[in-house]
Amino acid sequence: MAEQRSGDASLLNHIHDGIDRRGFLKCMAWAGTGALCVLQGGVLKSYGFDDVARMTKLAKGDLSFVQISDSHMGFNKPANSDVVATLKAAVDKINALPVEPAFILHTGDITHLSKAPEFDAVDQILKSASAKNVFFVPGEHDVLEDNGKQYLERYGKNAKGAGWYSFDQKGVHFIGLVNVMNLKAGGMGSLGGEQLEWLEDDVRHLSKSTPVVVFAHMPLWNIYPEWGWGTDDSAQALSYLKRFGSVTVLNGHIHQTMQKVEGNVTFHTATSTAFPQPHPGAAPSPGPMKVPAEQLRSLLGVTHVNYVAKHHSLALIDSTLE
Amino acid sequence: MKNTRWWVSLAATLLTGLIALPFVEKSVAAGPAVAEVKIDNFIFTPATLTVKAGTRITWTNADDIPHTVVSDDQTFKSKVLDTNETFTFNADKPGTYSYFCSVHPKMTGKVIVQ
Repeated sequence: MAEQRSGDASLLNHIHDGIDRRGFLKCMAWAGTGALCVLQGGVLKSYGFDDVARMTKLAKGDLSFVQISDSHMGFNKPANSDVVATLKAAVDKINALPVEPAFILHTGDITHLSKAPEFDAVDQILKSASAKNVFFVPGEHDVLEDNGKQYLERYGKNAKGAGWYSFDQKGVHFIGLVNVMNLKAGGMGSLGGEQLEWLEDDVRHLSKSTPVVVFAHMPLWNIYPEWGWGTDDSAQALSYLKRFGSVTVLNGHIHQTMQKVEGNVTFHTATSTAFPQPHPGAAPSPGPMKVPAEQLRSLLGVTHVNYVAKHHSLALIDSTLE
Repeated sequence: MKNTRWWVSLAATLLTGLIALPFVEKSVAAGPAVAEVKIDNFIFTPATLTVKAGTRITWTNADDIPHTVVSDDQTFKSKVLDTNETFTFNADKPGTYSYFCSVHPKMTGKVIVQ
């Protein structure tokens, strides 16, 4: 597949995969306004706010959860001098949802410098979220200096290796992957052989109708290799998931929402709760993007995910802090 | 009389200069050679640094994001450098040292020690 150079280009380059592109583009145009896009059997249907209210009356087998990412606790440069306040605003957003989420997924860069007080601060702030269970995967900022030892002590009790694990909720299989360890010079994210073997084994006996959600910090698709926005060995991981009818991949790292649908796999990245980053290639480097103060919160946010059992699909709703 | 005084002043100035000269030279030549690499916008500048053996190299992070300096063969390895923090390496042994930022591995550089 051709290298994608912008968020829009990556959304459009699916000519031969049978995806309903018109429905998809319509959904993308609504993104950020609280519209709901549901993927059903390869066809995207968009629903307005009233429909959302009806649909969020979840039935018994349904599941609702939230993804947050890149809180970078400890960051204090001009792009955002108060990451505590914006993380608290994200928690307020979660607490204001019409349906209380079953849990929160944090897709990494919890801290900025892997420092103990930074981890503590995030834990403290998340205590006031309506959802008490938080599942983490580390970002590269969480495993500095100590090869992830502190991260594992805090969040890796039931995990294997560098912190990968899986769990089931309401018939949906969740897989947390770690792709920020042992990074090689000139490379991007990396899963490594041991983790890939574990993954193959983990999904081996699942029926193909089991919805699968994979979450990892760095994108599991090549958004912009020049900036390291991708994972070198993700293709092998995705090959183990090829037979499943519904796969949702949730990532962070790039501090902006971006979505791609390929066959039965929906890839989605979340905004940060700390600071935005530029679109691919739109700036000399992928570092923190300074914007006028009044615009900051419109570029930060959370992602609400609803699993509607009878549709066998997951709906992703991005909402900004303001 | 005036002419004599003029000659004396000139001679004194020259003499002082001649005496001072070796001291000036000495203070420039004292200490090891130094070289600098600047880190900014996810780039090491200069990308390739060529120095003589014995040079002390200092990396300074001018970026608003932390970076590290890690040689591929682990000869040198910095701790995490936040903005304005530095890492120093004494390049004593000749060789070519490729290095990268272990947090953002697409950032690479090279030090050639002659």
